[in-house]
Amino acid sequence: MLSTERLTINIGPQHPSAHGGLHVEAVLDGEVVLDAIPHVGYVHRSVEKIAESRTYAQFVPYTARLDYLGTHLPVIGYVQTVEKLAGIEVPERAEYIRIIMGELSRIASHQLFIGSLAIDLGATTGLLYCMRDRERIMDMFEMTSGQRLLAAYMRIGGIAEDLPAEFIPAVRSFVRDIPKMIKEYQGLLYGNEIFQARLKGIGKLSAEDAIAYGVTGPNLRACGIDYDIRKAEPYGIYDRFDFEVPVGSKGDAWDRLMVRNEEIIQSGRIIEQALEQMPEGEIQAKVPRVLKPEKGKSVYHRIEGAKGELGYYIVSDGGEKPYRLHVRAPSFVNLMALPLVSRGGLLQDIIVNIATLDPVLGEADR
Amino acid sequence: MMQKIETLFVDLSDWFIAWLQSLGVPLAWADGILLLIQFLCIVGIILVNITILIWLERKVSGFIQQRPGPNRLGPFGVFQTIADALKLLTKEDIIPSKTDRWIFLTAPILFMTISVMLYIVLPMGKDMQVVDLNVGLFFFISLGSLTTIALLMGGWGSNNKWSLLGAMRSVAQMISYEIPLALSLMGVVMIAGSLRLSDIVAAQDNLWFVILQPIAFLTYLISATAELNRGPFDMPEAEQELTAGAYTEYTGMRYALFFLAEYTNLVAVSALASTIFLGGWQGPWLPSWLWIIIKTYLVMFIFMWAKWTFPRIRMDHLMAFSWKVLIPVTLVNIVATGFGLYIFKGIGG
Repeated sequence: MLSTERLTINIGPQHPSAHGGLHVEAVLDGEVVLDAIPHVGYVHRSVEKIAESRTYAQFVPYTARLDYLGTHLPVIGYVQTVEKLAGIEVPERAEYIRIIMGELSRIASHQLFIGSLAIDLGATTGLLYCMRDRERIMDMFEMTSGQRLLAAYMRIGGIAEDLPAEFIPAVRSFVRDIPKMIKEYQGLLYGNEIFQARLKGIGKLSAEDAIAYGVTGPNLRACGIDYDIRKAEPYGIYDRFDFEVPVGSKGDAWDRLMVRNEEIIQSGRIIEQALEQMPEGEIQAKVPRVLKPEKGKSVYHRIEGAKGELGYYIVSDGGEKPYRLHVRAPSFVNLMALPLVSRGGLLQDIIVNIATLDPVLGEADR
Repeated sequence: MMQKIETLFVDLSDWFIAWLQSLGVPLAWADGILLLIQFLCIVGIILVNITILIWLERKVSGFIQQRPGPNRLGPFGVFQTIADALKLLTKEDIIPSKTDRWIFLTAPILFMTISVMLYIVLPMGKDMQVVDLNVGLFFFISLGSLTTIALLMGGWGSNNKWSLLGAMRSVAQMISYEIPLALSLMGVVMIAGSLRLSDIVAAQDNLWFVILQPIAFLTYLISATAELNRGPFDMPEAEQELTAGAYTEYTGMRYALFFLAEYTNLVAVSALASTIFLGGWQGPWLPSWLWIIIKTYLVMFIFMWAKWTFPRIRMDHLMAFSWKVLIPVTLVNIVATGFGLYIFKGIGG
């Protein structure tokens, strides 16, 4: 009998599919995965500590750097938390603009998900197709804020500037083209036998495990649990829109992809309705120059980020800076399910699992 | 005029021999010198082809991915490959200290040598073949399988876990796909009745074998993709999984040699496909050596198309596909060809 040895191999932090700075310690028996332990912290910037030395308004741009792929969502989450803390009413129009920008961010994030999944599977062209479409969203962000990736466009009590004239037609044409884009992804990727074989039945996560691990967002919905914070606990003005929550059934990598794919379409629907309903008017509420929330007050507010439940917990000591700020990062929590879904699979499945759990390391490491 | 162009290279070599003999060189020596020159020509053909091919691959991938591709250096970026080659040449050649030094150093050279040797038997036009072996096809296949050893050496000698995984994958894959590759060529050999490549080309005088053996052509293309380590079967390299697989530790020109050898193999395998299935150098109007180039590039385009469209298959699916699908299909094809031949010969007398 030949003696065999376990092979411990470090995927990342410098690796083509490490999605930023993820380090996965994989224990292999041949190509079969015995364990895959994610090590996070390579992109740690101590965002939560920085918050304690910045005023509430100054901290806004830092939040854009959490989930930089769906850049408006973490900013919306933060400003809404502060507004809740200080009791600020946001003007109607600003709320609608937030919805539009938030859903565009979600689409951008999901498109990058599909693209990066494709390239992790070796289908380079898939990435380029998704990037091409995502580029249009980036252009829209540039129109509104002058920034493409890290647009800190939201302000406490509203938004920074009103929409430029060319923005609405651009959004309309983009939303109109969504079915066409999906059809292209369908033709290039989803319909491909190899692509399906690589995803179906891979990285199965049961509903019980998903709840036990605190997995949220599309990853949870892929397991068959109909839980979307936009529906379950509507924040902002989400209760005014008619949209569906796509749900998977098996909780495998394929379902995680399909749920996101469907979410792109639903986000398009929300944007369409928001464009219809959007009123004219103010975009910024009256907010004191120096915001000093009540002493001892604390607030936890959560939104449906592109990756899952994105929550902020802010404690005020009555000063102009938060006493403590905590970010409940969905990427970090979702990533912890990686060993569970990877065990027993092959080395190539780890890559699929990382890609379909869709962690963004800026958020996981904070 | 047409005749002149057709026999250009044959005339050149005849003239060269005659010239050497007129200088008083014995015929055997002249033949030897000619062989040396032919070998140098092959290296030249390979290098020119690869330069064009890498540029073409980038342009094709750019076209498929809806981007311009290289467009800075020269018209349509044609000098991009040369610039890249210069860059690789001037890179620092790093030999990691923990490597198995000799194995590590010889692997890329071995790989390249084998790839160049494949060209010896390929007919590159009418009467244009360095050596017309009577077992030409056998020679080609057996040499092709030797590249496994070079990859294994590179992966083992690197003393890197990624390289080792890549090398092990490549051994498993290439051995599995060697069999359907050889088997899919057997049908053609049965019809042509010879392993000599020039005989196989001559047998396609009236009808290309791609029409008689369409299944074999498909299985050949699939298993050749695996043999070439090209996407969707680029397991040994598998950039997104194994960083660069067997090539992880290689830098500079040593890496470039692997890279060149893969493209050399690509040209050779495509040329073999056009020789065996697409009528070789035969074709109307154009000179024979131009026909083989056109056909080879068409086959290479298929390989590129597949690479830039398909995702990478999983290792166990890859093995299962070879043993459970390709090999049975090729075996059935051989049996069917045998029956076909028996009936055909029975009718024909």
